[in-house]
Amino acid sequence: MSDKPLSLINVSHAYGTSAVFEELSVEIERGEFVAVVGPSGCGKTTLLNLLSGFLRPTSGVINRQGTTRMVYQSDGLFPWLTVKENIALGLRHLRDEKARRAQMKDLLELIRLDGFAGHYPHQLSGGMRQRVELARALAGETDVLLMDEPFSSLDYQTRLRMRRMLVRVLTERPRTVVFVTHDIEEAAQLADRILVLSERPAHLIKELRVGVERPRDPTHPTVVSTVKTILDELGLREDARELSAVK
Amino acid sequence: MFESRLVKEESSFIRTYIFPLGVALAFIALWGTLSALHLFPKSAFPSPMDVLVGFREEIVSGRLWNDLVASLFRVSMGFVLAVVLSVPLGLLLGHAASAREALLPAVNFFRSLSPLAWIPFAILWFGVGDLPVVFLIFMATFFSLVLAVMAAVANIPSVFFRVAADYGFRGWSLLWNVTLPAIMPQIITALRVTAGVAWLVVVAAEMIAGRDGLGFAIWDARNGLRTDLLVCGMIVIGIIGVLLDRLLVRLTHLPNVRWGYER
Repeated sequence: MSDKPLSLINVSHAYGTSAVFEELSVEIERGEFVAVVGPSGCGKTTLLNLLSGFLRPTSGVINRQGTTRMVYQSDGLFPWLTVKENIALGLRHLRDEKARRAQMKDLLELIRLDGFAGHYPHQLSGGMRQRVELARALAGETDVLLMDEPFSSLDYQTRLRMRRMLVRVLTERPRTVVFVTHDIEEAAQLADRILVLSERPAHLIKELRVGVERPRDPTHPTVVSTVKTILDELGLREDARELSAVK
Repeated sequence: MFESRLVKEESSFIRTYIFPLGVALAFIALWGTLSALHLFPKSAFPSPMDVLVGFREEIVSGRLWNDLVASLFRVSMGFVLAVVLSVPLGLLLGHAASAREALLPAVNFFRSLSPLAWIPFAILWFGVGDLPVVFLIFMATFFSLVLAVMAAVANIPSVFFRVAADYGFRGWSLLWNVTLPAIMPQIITALRVTAGVAWLVVVAAEMIAGRDGLGFAIWDARNGLRTDLLVCGMIVIGIIGVLLDRLLVRLTHLPNVRWGYER
């Protein structure tokens, strides 16, 4: 067994006869922020489900060290529970009432929702709801956060704010993160390493390291050049040139 | 701003209380006018005053109260029995596809059967009194409730079960903390609909299989050609029906089910 929090060795997965991955091998370092991008339907969410243990791979080995928690696309909060009660789900393992209360206070402050503990999810904006999801997943001693397009249902400006918030939260509470997104800019702005997947059956077509400290501005030259590289890899810049030539 | 809020509150008070009261008074005035015109014989069209006198008679004799209690008792028994038995069956059908395939046609068959078709058997099996009426109310509500619970369970977003598994909910704690709260808004809606049906059925059932109760009171008034008492019964039945619904509407105001009605 390796000491990596997550590793995939020659993992293949198929739904019936339709292959999703073929021979995928990835190792994730402790404390690393890995973003996974790729065409829609390439199996990004399946990858997270394999990493979380929700799915078993058809073949290959997945090693997992410590606890993993998933942050869902949207509406993963229980609507019949308040903000506080939802976050408390993540603290269920804490026996000591005092410790639980202290953690709750910290988490609410961390996501800047101190005044909203008694609110229900439907009374919050989309961005606030995702912050609560994040707090719930962070609660307790989670080692790995698996994030499945957590900001995809938000508008662009809110997404920018959420990225900034995520960077701040991870500085205060470092975690290993696997972040699936269709948003290439988001990946370039947040990740230490970006895995670019191909169409199905997906394999790794590019692995990029972004060597700039966070927080990074979306207009930072490294972010922009990373976006360009990924677009090239996905064959999307070519399309754009063709389109402008037609016009 | 303060003033405008006052005006708002005032107008909402007028809309909720004064307008409906006005409509009721207009209706009674129309009724009074029609009865004064003697379009029908007096025995077939009682005046508001006759009904008021009838009410007094019914209240003084204690009969109205007895009938009301009898009807409410039967509705509560039949309805509570239906709720208690339909929720587990609905949960089972919602979760287990094989059980659903096996039982759904039967449930649909019985739901489509008018509960009044059971009246002959209800009397043959249970005689006259509380039991046949309770049975009929049960038959009228049980199958609709099973279907409502089943549909609600089948529609629970799968992400809730994913989250539940992530946070260690299994077995009874899953049922209690996730499944039931997730279907509660739809259950409350189904309760409102079926409670309305139960209240309709109790009147019909008591007309035939009762010896007291509001339905029997109506039948008895008709047999005695006391149309004033008949209208008394109708008014009480209508008011109780509305109150029953108002009572169940209160459930929709519970903070942990509001989400089901505000999306």
